[in-house]
Amino acid sequence: MKKHTIALAGNPNCGKTTLFNFLTGSKQHVGNWPGVTVDKKDGVWKNHKEITILDLPGTYSLSPYSAEEKIAHDYIVNEKPSVVVDVIESPNLERNLYLAMQIMETGIPTVLALNMSDEIELRGEKIDVEGLEKHFGVKVVRIVAKTGEGTDELFKAVEETIEKNIVPNKLSVYEKIKVLDDEGQANARYDEIAKVVSKNYKKNVVLKSEDSKSSKLDKYLTSKVLGLPIFALIIYFLFQVSLSDNLFGLGIPGLGILLANWVTAIWDFLTSLISGAIVGASPWAYGLVIDGVMGGIGAILGFMPLVLVLYLFLSILEDSGYMARVAFVLDRIFRHFGLSGKSFIPMLMGFGCSVPAIMATRTLDEEKDRHITAIITPFIPCGAKLPIIALFVAILFPAQETANVTFLIYILTFSTAIVVSLLMNKFLYHSQKSNFLMELPQYRFPTLKSIWNRSFEKVKGFGKKAGSVILVSTILIWFLTNFNTASFTGENRIANNGESVMSDMDDSYMASLGNAISPIFSPLGFTGWRPTVGIITGWIAKENVVATFAQVYDEDLSEEYLESYFGSDSAQLEAEGFENGVFDIDTANELYADVLANGEDPNAFPSLKRDMPSTSGGFAYIMFNLLCMPCFAAVGAMKRELKTIRRTAGGVGIQMLAAYVVALAVRILGLIFGF
Amino acid sequence: MKNLLDLSIGESGKVLSFENQGVVRKRLLDMGITTGVQIKLIKVAPMGDPLEIELRGYNLSLRKSEAKSINIE
Repeated sequence: MKKHTIALAGNPNCGKTTLFNFLTGSKQHVGNWPGVTVDKKDGVWKNHKEITILDLPGTYSLSPYSAEEKIAHDYIVNEKPSVVVDVIESPNLERNLYLAMQIMETGIPTVLALNMSDEIELRGEKIDVEGLEKHFGVKVVRIVAKTGEGTDELFKAVEETIEKNIVPNKLSVYEKIKVLDDEGQANARYDEIAKVVSKNYKKNVVLKSEDSKSSKLDKYLTSKVLGLPIFALIIYFLFQVSLSDNLFGLGIPGLGILLANWVTAIWDFLTSLISGAIVGASPWAYGLVIDGVMGGIGAILGFMPLVLVLYLFLSILEDSGYMARVAFVLDRIFRHFGLSGKSFIPMLMGFGCSVPAIMATRTLDEEKDRHITAIITPFIPCGAKLPIIALFVAILFPAQETANVTFLIYILTFSTAIVVSLLMNKFLYHSQKSNFLMELPQYRFPTLKSIWNRSFEKVKGFGKKAGSVILVSTILIWFLTNFNTASFTGENRIANNGESVMSDMDDSYMASLGNAISPIFSPLGFTGWRPTVGIITGWIAKENVVATFAQVYDEDLSEEYLESYFGSDSAQLEAEGFENGVFDIDTANELYADVLANGEDPNAFPSLKRDMPSTSGGFAYIMFNLLCMPCFAAVGAMKRELKTIRRTAGGVGIQMLAAYVVALAVRILGLIFGF
Repeated sequence: MKNLLDLSIGESGKVLSFENQGVVRKRLLDMGITTGVQIKLIKVAPMGDPLEIELRGYNLSLRKSEAKSINIE
């Protein structure tokens, strides 16, 4: 047989992706349709290499109202694949035939694949294959995509359709449809379908829909009393297993963190090996390899296990049909923000890590929801932002207020997410209402293979797309923090006794950059290059903000300072906890940390306080760090979901603006109320 | 005239007409809500909205704001 391309079409939940995965095995190519956030997948039929299979987006109809439908419609009409295989969820024959009829109306060679045929047989029902073949004039095949049953017959049907050029019958109803309006068309199709179904689908009349497995499960899962608590439990479980470092309080990390720790440990070991091997190299080459490249790749690798584990669970929720129930249960809340209930899942995952959270926006049905959610999810404080909150709240506020202040910070971040969503909805999407007409599919046991396929694909996609963004930016920031112009004139080499051309952070390009940018931040109540550099290094990973502060404010932690802080009198030192009145820097550090953590001494951290003299300025700094551009890994994930650089830059712009506005508001309130 | 919201849980009715306009109307049509189709109200979501209905052998969820415009015999 010559080379041919066939297209898979079908409703959402019809098992099209399962069939695609079965037919193509691991040889798939995932890209995207130009200009839209819809996956474009193709692959070679593994047993029949001459056939390329293209997986069209799942749609209910070919009427071009959504991006998905337009793609499916245009591809079938303009690209004219050799055959369209329309995958039909057999138990739901009636509605699935609607799309099938629209496809056959175009006159393109079509094969109908009756998927999940085992389910209806189990119920003692039967679809008359010959009857359908005769009526529509196309090949009809019973298949079970999960097990691959019937795929040989499917190939024969495709082969025969191509060789004999079998085109669908020109039913008289198609002629009528051509002259009708939308409503008339839908009525005509469904009338025809009703006739076909009553003639060819022998239903089990004894079986009531209330007795189905799904109805029974939904009695609990979406019930008035238990619906929300069960949902909360499932989410708690998902969270614990993928993101907790203290699984159910048992003192062991959850699967995600456990794997992440292993990966990090292995990577650190490799890094130390390489570090040992190149220890003689010049400091800049050493720094580039260890801090730049290895550090950058390490940052990506550390996220991979989290993404994988979260995705395994999300795929289970998605494939089993529960995700649709989540949207059903929560829609009431999220519609007020211009979103639908499904947006809850990504935003919730945002507490753990923005990267998988942003990637989870792919499960949302509408492009508008996907875009807004991907941009507001980083406002939710992720795990890496907790140290920022902890450190600054401890420095700025007395101990008895920290809990309230932390709570307030959380409320502020959620409110920002909500307000930005509302504003984006109003101004960028012209208050377009979130469409909420959603099928509640039958619950089905997901197959391990499809869950693994889907999750693995996500992780691979993240590694490839986000990886390059992270690596490049990590190296850039490494360069800026370690070099200045004198590195290239040879002055640094002389100053460092010929050992290195690198500079101290205080004199680096980064410090100059911080100095240049810092005037932007002075209205927010913090000045100087140091806080600015904290913000910038936070873009590599938000944990860095705290680490950078330790570095740039090392005077506040130096031995001299601590010694003067605790006094040199041995009696006093003893009272402060130094053994035998001898000053010890480690003990001093611990004591100092206690003083800070309890917010007892407003005079602690003098050089930091010089840059951030007011409580409101420090508070503004926290808010800016929490809300501004997330780490590069998350920006990489945003780029992956928003597709274009323009949209990604726009999203980052919105985040920056929101951060600035909120921080400024905090500072203005501070000026008014004097804090 | 009765609309979809007037059905009690478990009750069915035939669609007479529906007044939804624009894209929503086209979506409803695509999903099989056409004049004469039998719709059964299955349940109301825990927070009082949206609804779950059964038609043409499958289950669909829609908001009350849309259901209100679907007239039932």
